[in-house]
Amino acid sequence: MDKYIEMIRIRFLMMLAYRTNYYSGILIYAINIGAYYFLWSAIYGGKENIQGLSITQMTTYVAVSWMARAFYFNNIDREMAMEIKDGKVAVELIKPYSYLGMKTMQGLGEGIFRLLFFSVPGMIIVAFLFPVQFSANAATWLYFGLSLIFSFIINTQINLLTGITTFFLFNNDGLIRAKRVVIDLFSGLLLPISFYPFWAQHIMSYFPFQAISYIPSMIFTNGFKGQEVINALITQAVWSGLLFIPIACLWNIAKKKMVIQGG
Amino acid sequence: MKNAIEVNQLRKEFKAYSSRSGLKGAFRDLFTRNYRVMKAVNDISFTVKQGEMVGYIGENGAGKSTTIKMLTGILTPTSGEITVNGMNPHKEREKFAQTIGVVFGQRSQLWWDIAVQESFRLLKKVYKVSDEDYNAHMEHVIQTLDIGPLLDKPVRKLSLGQRMRCELAAALIHNPPLLFLDEPTIGLDVLVKLKIRQFLKEINEKYNTTILLTTHDLADIEALCERVVMLDEGSIIYDGSLQKLRSNWGDLKQVTFEFGTAPNTEQLKLLTQGMPVNWIEGDQKYLWTAQLQNKGDLMSQLIAKVVAKHEISDINIEEISTEEIIRNIYEEGVVNG
Repeated sequence: MDKYIEMIRIRFLMMLAYRTNYYSGILIYAINIGAYYFLWSAIYGGKENIQGLSITQMTTYVAVSWMARAFYFNNIDREMAMEIKDGKVAVELIKPYSYLGMKTMQGLGEGIFRLLFFSVPGMIIVAFLFPVQFSANAATWLYFGLSLIFSFIINTQINLLTGITTFFLFNNDGLIRAKRVVIDLFSGLLLPISFYPFWAQHIMSYFPFQAISYIPSMIFTNGFKGQEVINALITQAVWSGLLFIPIACLWNIAKKKMVIQGG
Repeated sequence: MKNAIEVNQLRKEFKAYSSRSGLKGAFRDLFTRNYRVMKAVNDISFTVKQGEMVGYIGENGAGKSTTIKMLTGILTPTSGEITVNGMNPHKEREKFAQTIGVVFGQRSQLWWDIAVQESFRLLKKVYKVSDEDYNAHMEHVIQTLDIGPLLDKPVRKLSLGQRMRCELAAALIHNPPLLFLDEPTIGLDVLVKLKIRQFLKEINEKYNTTILLTTHDLADIEALCERVVMLDEGSIIYDGSLQKLRSNWGDLKQVTFEFGTAPNTEQLKLLTQGMPVNWIEGDQKYLWTAQLQNKGDLMSQLIAKVVAKHEISDINIEEISTEEIIRNIYEEGVVNG
């Protein structure tokens, strides 16, 4: 376990090695939150609430979704694709650790770093600028925290799956880009799931995407009540268990089919 | 003595896709693709004893790196058996990886953006090396390789020679009984090469470390390895001592004459008619090289005959180099004798 914790530390060091990335990240997230805030104020246009969410809840939803994204989002699919494409994965496979486990830890290191040095200060600034409502209920915070961990797990699992496909496709830039759009759209980051037409909501309930962003944000904004919260957390837990199966299968096939590119 | 590496009938096949030509062909490739099966490694068998230093040589694309990747558990063999350190590398990869050290000359295993010592610290944790072991062992390694001043620099700021020494140290953090080196001296200057060779010799003597080395620099092999395994097109064409390889090729000598005036090829050949001498034209105009077996008075006869007929400005007698022998073997594809 020591080595995995050490990996998180290394990731911190790497994030600190590139300051520009860090600063520009803050700017991009601020712009996004601002843009969505103004967009939603225009859509509400004086209306009390839409689909059961008030304008304050909506603003909070947008701000929390983006701040949560800073935690669960990572580029390990792209990193894996790079390592596989230029053959660097060979160096990883001669180490006595699980490659996928190490990748997950790198993602976690990145996530924790952004949560501490990016989301928390960012959220404080946002709270001053926009009418965001924080819950005073300790249980909400607890559920939110738990749900955020599941978002990270599920998003990382999807990233690992996308990354592993590089072993078979050799070049999967298109797939990685498509996956990112699908997650932003279907996870409820851009639009809460309850705003989609019923048939679309029905289809989406069969996919793991809403467990990434919609569930934690709804918990935080008190959009879910009572039993709904527990059900949502169970959905997340089931998905994070289920997704292990395709990862394990694909990884086993990949190991046998592996070709190290570039000599 | 126990064997560090046992390889039996090892084979690795790859599917090589070939594209059809033209636009029409490209469209057909969308649906079905042509491929043929390439044998990168073709039924090779060999064993390496604990403490041996073995040079693994062959032309580019002969299958050296593929073999190393199978021995280190990265690639799964198509068929055949591998036992390294008593384990099956790709079946027990994580446990097995603990017992080997690997340096790929062309790939870095250090983290590019952070200081070398941070990479070392991570590797120390990865290999579960205790503080005492680390201090006792690595202090010596760092000193011998002279990398102390480099430890706080990020890898991207190191020169190739500096990086390579750090890579070597990184591969030795857990003091593995078996070390794979895939072209460790590629692109390095003479001084760094010497330092690395000396260091490898030292750890081999000190810890009885088995070393399997691939390189294109035969001087590395001559300096380090008693035994060479030579690979050509996926098959082993020679496995034995370097000394024997040389003596199989006979005690060949080559005599290079620099003539005062350009000699006639016919004349030269006529001069040594009946003698087992092979004339090769040199790179420069007046240079000719005679290759011959160093037996009896052959050498003196040759020189006497040439000197009697031609004006000579320089003579150079040397033993045929290993490089020359290897080149001959590659060209002919088999080992004589």
